[in-house]
Amino acid sequence: MCLSIPARVDEINGEIATCSVGKSNYEANLQMIEFEDVKVGDYVLIHTGFAIQKLDAEEAEASLRTFDEFKELNDQLDKEEKEGGSHII
Amino acid sequence: MKYIDEYRDKNIVLGLAEEIKKISTKKLKLMEVCGGHTMSIQKFGLPYLLPKNVELISGPGCPVCVTSREFIDKAVVYSRMEDVIIATYGDLIRVPGSNSSLDQEKAKGADVRIVYSILDALTIAKNNRRKKVVFLGIGFETTAPASAAGILKARMAGLRNFYVYSAHKVMPPAMETLIDEGVEIDGYIGPGHVSTITGEGIYLNIPKKYGLGVVISGFEPVDLMQSILMLVKQLENNDPKVEIQYKRVVKPEGNIKAQQMLDEVFTYGDDWWRGLGVLKNSGLKIRESYSMHDAEVEIPVEVAPPIEPKGCLCGEILKGVKKPKDCKLFAKVCTPSNPIGACMVSSEGSCAAYYLYNR
Ligand code: SF4
Repeated sequence: MCLSIPARVDEINGEIATCSVGKSNYEANLQMIEFEDVKVGDYVLIHTGFAIQKLDAEEAEASLRTFDEFKELNDQLDKEEKEGGSHII
Repeated sequence: MKYIDEYRDKNIVLGLAEEIKKISTKKLKLMEVCGGHTMSIQKFGLPYLLPKNVELISGPGCPVCVTSREFIDKAVVYSRMEDVIIATYGDLIRVPGSNSSLDQEKAKGADVRIVYSILDALTIAKNNRRKKVVFLGIGFETTAPASAAGILKARMAGLRNFYVYSAHKVMPPAMETLIDEGVEIDGYIGPGHVSTITGEGIYLNIPKKYGLGVVISGFEPVDLMQSILMLVKQLENNDPKVEIQYKRVVKPEGNIKAQQMLDEVFTYGDDWWRGLGVLKNSGLKIRESYSMHDAEVEIPVEVAPPIEPKGCLCGEILKGVKKPKDCKLFAKVCTPSNPIGACMVSSEGSCAAYYLYNR
């Protein structure tokens, strides 16, 4: 019930947005957010039929960038694991 | 899917696990408050990636689980009234009351309808003017604004036959009570969607008064592992504070529009939580100015004192002092298809999450 999903806004009609997650479509009522700011192509978080926040694309990218080092670290560990035959994680 | 797949990247998760192992020296118990987190943690097997000294415990953040039997018992009484249609989120329908559940009443002919949104309940009210539509409002700060929006819309549309029976609750009193009661907690993984609405301000008392950190987390494995890392860092540096990991969604000030709707319709009152009892100002009651849509005011009902099921440890589990496997009924007598306690019903309940992913 408390689950909320990031959905792409495909169409806006007044206070109702038609959104998609993968191949499924959902309607979201926009009255709980500053809907003047919402455009087609944006992502919103839907909860029980209402968009409760617009996803901040910049923040999302910034947080993913901070993980690049972990990917590298892990690739390296994978390599060591293979070469050394020992199980690290 | 965008904003989901990236946050399930196995390499990032394992990299974060490695980093946690590297820096954590102390024995820690971190509580995930939110039932959505519990589900994700069990589903992705995160406890197995953490070093032995870092333990995750589940908290009281499953709305169905903390709701009283009395609430279910009263909803059952409503459902038996000739002129009432019950509209409810699906999670609630199978929760056992003292003698019956909404599901059983429905099977006997009661008009109980599962809705995905309160907006659907408004449509039912519009199409059934001669009936009273009672919407069962459960959930925390994430869900309560939707109920507020529903009541505001009902007033605007003149839907006099629309009522909300509110068991809505707010999170901070429960989080503080657990510490007051001496439950061993070293830090909180803060609820991401509650905070989407409220912002970070509601937790500031926790580091200030209790010296515990709160990291507001997203729901994917990468989010949760990063939040755990942030909490471990705080604890290793003796620097408890409120931080937001889930920045792509949670703003420090929260969602002001939703807060205003909430405040317009609801006020605080004392409320009962399974496992914690009555907590001061922990419930959301409909303001007098909207009492024409308040089921408790307009359609008052009385029920006998509720009977809690024997042997069910749901309350202790919600406090984080017991695990589902400690319950003798778990997976033997009590299963998702035959739930004895509320924690086995909702997918966000600890017992249901352990049953599905960690038996
Ligand atoms: S397994 Fe069932 S009976 Fe046991 S604590 Fe969980 S909900 Fe209650």
